[in-house]
Amino acid sequence: LSATTYGWLILVFPLAGILVVSFGWRLLPGRLPGWIASGAIFGSFLASLGALAELDERAHVDSAFTYAATADFEAELSILVDPLSVFMCLVVSGVSFLIHVYSVAYMWSDRGYARYFAYLNYFVFSMLLLVLAANFVLLIVGWAFVGAASYLLISFWYRRGTATYAGIKAFVMNVIGDAGLVVAAFLLLNETGSLDYAGVFAGAEESLGRNDGTLVAACLLILVGAFAKSAQLPLHTWLPDAMEGPTPVSALIHAATMVTAGVYLIARTFPLFELAPAAADVSAIIGALTLLFAATVALAVTDLKRIIAYSTISQIGYMVLGVSVAAYGAGLFHLMTHAFFKALLFMGAGSVIGAMAGRQDIDGMGGFRRAMPFTFVTFTVGALALAGFPLMSGFFSKDEILAFTLNRGGGYVVLGVVGYLAAFLTAFYAFRMVFRAFFGEPVPEARELEQGHLAHHDPANPMTGEPEDTDVGFPGPEHHVAEREWPMKAAMGILAALAVVGGVVGIPAMTDTLEHFLEPTFEESRFHETVPSEGAEWAGLAVGGLVAIAGIGLAWFAYLRTPGWTGRLRERFAPVHDFLVHKWYFDELYDALFVRPWAAAGQFGRSVIETELVQGVITGGATGLVRAGSSVARAIQTGYLRAYALLLLAGVGGLGLYFLIASS
Amino acid sequence: VDIAWFVVLSGFIFCIGAGGVLTRRNPLVVLLCLELMLNAGNLALIAFARMHGGHDGQVFALIVMVIAACEVVVGLGIIVAMYRRRLPIDVDEMSELRG
Repeated sequence: LSATTYGWLILVFPLAGILVVSFGWRLLPGRLPGWIASGAIFGSFLASLGALAELDERAHVDSAFTYAATADFEAELSILVDPLSVFMCLVVSGVSFLIHVYSVAYMWSDRGYARYFAYLNYFVFSMLLLVLAANFVLLIVGWAFVGAASYLLISFWYRRGTATYAGIKAFVMNVIGDAGLVVAAFLLLNETGSLDYAGVFAGAEESLGRNDGTLVAACLLILVGAFAKSAQLPLHTWLPDAMEGPTPVSALIHAATMVTAGVYLIARTFPLFELAPAAADVSAIIGALTLLFAATVALAVTDLKRIIAYSTISQIGYMVLGVSVAAYGAGLFHLMTHAFFKALLFMGAGSVIGAMAGRQDIDGMGGFRRAMPFTFVTFTVGALALAGFPLMSGFFSKDEILAFTLNRGGGYVVLGVVGYLAAFLTAFYAFRMVFRAFFGEPVPEARELEQGHLAHHDPANPMTGEPEDTDVGFPGPEHHVAEREWPMKAAMGILAALAVVGGVVGIPAMTDTLEHFLEPTFEESRFHETVPSEGAEWAGLAVGGLVAIAGIGLAWFAYLRTPGWTGRLRERFAPVHDFLVHKWYFDELYDALFVRPWAAAGQFGRSVIETELVQGVITGGATGLVRAGSSVARAIQTGYLRAYALLLLAGVGGLGLYFLIASS
Repeated sequence: VDIAWFVVLSGFIFCIGAGGVLTRRNPLVVLLCLELMLNAGNLALIAFARMHGGHDGQVFALIVMVIAACEVVVGLGIIVAMYRRRLPIDVDEMSELRG
């Protein structure tokens, strides 16, 4: 089988999974839908491995059929199999498979079990379509599909008002990005006459100069798409709210795969960004700002999943920074390790939330260390990798990005320093979660679990506290913890192992496997030879390790050594804390800037334009006119036969008289 | 005989018919008066046909007779139906088509 055949197979498996699960859900007993969906994704993973084995130096393109053909260009339904897309397929299908397996147990008591897996397969299919697309047409299709899948899964518990609201919010934000991407594709088509990646890159190289205005505009529009999908400033507000979805969804879509699509897009269109360094610089600056912003917010919010969500925004900021400073290998390396440890952290959070019977606030958590030893160990591993603790996977990937950034010199040094500052905060908030959830005095739920049974509360919305039932459209009645469910345990165990050893593919000057693997895609880059020296990389690693240990140490001091310290800090700096808890007031700002004016305009339109103008003047005027006209016509229709006869006679007589007079 | 006599007679009969249609309220009489009007028309057609020495007017007169027969069939049918339903036999009472 050729590489492209494997490429098609990667897409076929999840598509088959969608069809089987969504049409056969009545016939599939028990956990079978979950296992079928997992099997489909595993098939994709095997096909990705097959593509990996068949890969050679060149990029393989294969078209299923011509989607549109005109005089000047053709849009093909074609896929591109090259090291970058195969790498993305491996990460997406591999992590997705583990999250499917986790979900088999985690979602078990939910009434929407089969629907959940149909959506999940649909998401994976869309994501694989996105990364395999060989032109902008198919990319946009996949891009919009993942947005739709994200909407469906955020609003999965559709009777929960906050969840549907969050789904709408995510969808609207994503559509802003879709629009940007579509306009960018139009601009590129207009300039280069092609929509294929290869054609666009060659055409741009040929006909557009460095920092050409149109090209910069197109790149900035691509960035709008990338930032909306990857939750970068200022389009990030949907991602924390997306935590309303089931926890494995947060792990899959809103941490490991979909939100990294923007990073993939920037890496994929790197020739454009190298021709338009102004756009790349904008992207790097926004990435750096985002990573710092999100890290500060993660210090203050208390919802366990939202802490991890802000951490995700922050880590994607690192990736965006990496691919924007031409450290493509490093950015994608961090994408991979982040997928491992962030999915792991969400799975651990899901297990803890299960033990808390659905509650998510870390203020109510504590002391789960003994009750949930497995979750504790794996979660800590994830937190260590996130913090960049020496020799963990995140350690190598994050520091490689920062080493490349510093190596560019000039203003980039500032961005690198911001990155190290945020790394310190990252280590602190990562261990804030660990220390708050697993250490300290065991809460009643932890005590109950130690005695062998799971805590139960009346079902309620974790955000608003509103009471709920456990029927369809709400979370199921039972909760599941990793300690009791082997599929959850298996998925978390494998991811924990990967989070520890995932870094071996990118140890500077020793393995660098990933960078060599991706070389065929990126060797055209003009920064291909611009790599930091070995000494600089090791120095960076040393600094990064020290920063991580310092952050963890501060968290230990703040939460274990002197437990009341953070409370006193919060009181002393209340305005700062308020500012962070309100997420820098972004939601309030957007509310004031967009939501309220729009709602007011809608209200105005309804009360004035619709009722007064349309209903009153236009509709009322037209009916009044017709009524007045018809009343005249009605008056003639008396119903008296003799009146009609008289009219008839008078008419004929009149006509006769007229002709008589006219002819004489 | 001069053609004017025929035409005057025809006009006279036509006016009697039209006056009947306009003034009488009994549908049977209205039908009779209609018949008068049609036949006045026939008389004029035949008189003119004779004056011109052609056949066209006579053919028209035959067609008018056929139409008159049809009209009588429909009209009498309606009147019989009105009797059966015991409706008032008065054209002024039948004003349901009022707008």
